[in-house]
Amino acid sequence: MIQTDILIIGAGPTGLFAVFEAGLLQLKCHIIDALPMPGGQLSELYPKKPIYDIPGFPEVLAGDLVDNLMEQIKPFEPGFTLGERAETIEKQADGSFIVTTDKGTAHHTKIVAIAGGLGSFEPKKPPIEGLERLEDKGVAYMIKDPEVYRDQKVLIAGGGDSALDWSIFLAEVASEVTLVHRRNEFRGALDSVEKVQELKNMGKIKLITPAEIVGVHGADRLTAVDILMAGHKEVITQEVDAFIPLFGLSPKLGPIANWGIEIEKNAIVVDNTLDYMTNVPGIYAIGDVNTYPGKLKLILCGFHEATLMCQSAYQRIFPEKRYVMKYTTVGGVTGFDGSKKEAPKAVVKKIE
Amino acid sequence: MAQDINITIVDRAGEQHLVQAPTDMNMNLMELVRSYELAPEGTIGICGGMAMCASCQCYVNSQHSLPEKSEEEEAMLSEAFNVRENSRLGCQIPLTEDLEGLIVSLAPEE
Repeated sequence: MIQTDILIIGAGPTGLFAVFEAGLLQLKCHIIDALPMPGGQLSELYPKKPIYDIPGFPEVLAGDLVDNLMEQIKPFEPGFTLGERAETIEKQADGSFIVTTDKGTAHHTKIVAIAGGLGSFEPKKPPIEGLERLEDKGVAYMIKDPEVYRDQKVLIAGGGDSALDWSIFLAEVASEVTLVHRRNEFRGALDSVEKVQELKNMGKIKLITPAEIVGVHGADRLTAVDILMAGHKEVITQEVDAFIPLFGLSPKLGPIANWGIEIEKNAIVVDNTLDYMTNVPGIYAIGDVNTYPGKLKLILCGFHEATLMCQSAYQRIFPEKRYVMKYTTVGGVTGFDGSKKEAPKAVVKKIE
Repeated sequence: MAQDINITIVDRAGEQHLVQAPTDMNMNLMELVRSYELAPEGTIGICGGMAMCASCQCYVNSQHSLPEKSEEEEAMLSEAFNVRENSRLGCQIPLTEDLEGLIVSLAPEE
């Protein structure tokens, strides 16, 4: 089982910076995130957007901010459980917690810090009647193992990068790939668009635009889908083995809503701005996921909350220790990897 | 001082709200809905107004002439659900005096 001092749920900027502040206190952190890469919203939604209100950065791209934070926390060797969603929490007799993900990875921790932002990103499901009934029976919202589609007739819907990239990939695996999108324009990277064009010209991808899927058929398994071309009234029914709608991700608070933590308006209530602890002792909520009077969902506020949370966590873990905060300009940064950063010593030399 | 305008917003439960909207605060329609709390926090304006989610999708029910859709808005709406001819992203509609009397209804939550 993974052992840590602070288990951070959410690898967005707030969660990442918490690793740094915890590290200064010699506390080890481990981070769980449902996305396969760190950065949270910044990586998933707007990596190329500039941010203008990070103190000391007149302008920084969201993706660069994440890269910088990863660099900053490297000496503190955080552990990562990525691509897994924190599912359950069990409080132990000694006050510690065991948090288990949807894939069964268990984490034993003294402190839990929920830095979950808007929640975990989950695939958007199109409102098609009977679709849910066929989930995992031919209908999937993400591709875990492309081999499943070998020699199958696959239909992908969507117009972004993942729809394009998977169409390209599956063109070599599946017996038939159809890509359906509501308009003729695609939003993905230019070379993906060109590659799909090429595969279409070669007859390896069947492109149906502008159109959308309006119905699904099949009792125990998906057998066919109904395609409606824009401006038409009659649907075309096409036989398929698999239907993969790829319409992006949207954040949902998810299982943490059932952890016995007080929730209000899709956010976790922390009724104090002292240390951002929830109503469950030992569980904190920091960054966009929490709410309190005067709350602002800003990255810079998340950094502040992460810092105060770490001080409080330290006191919980070591109630007997007296601690005095030390500036990094004074104490430097001593990593768990043996690295040491500190200000160069002033040169003292006599003038004669 | 700029005059407030009147906007009618039908919430997701079908209830109609006539609200006063400022035109001098650099606000958009999504922010107006949030300021009056006509949709629960966390269900609207998720991306903060960058046309990168469709949580502020609304249907424009009056004949006002609105700013043209940007390429980003067009792309996002092409991947959103429950999209109709009169769908717009609220975050892409700045509140201006021309919008006096605008009537919109919020699209269902995705």
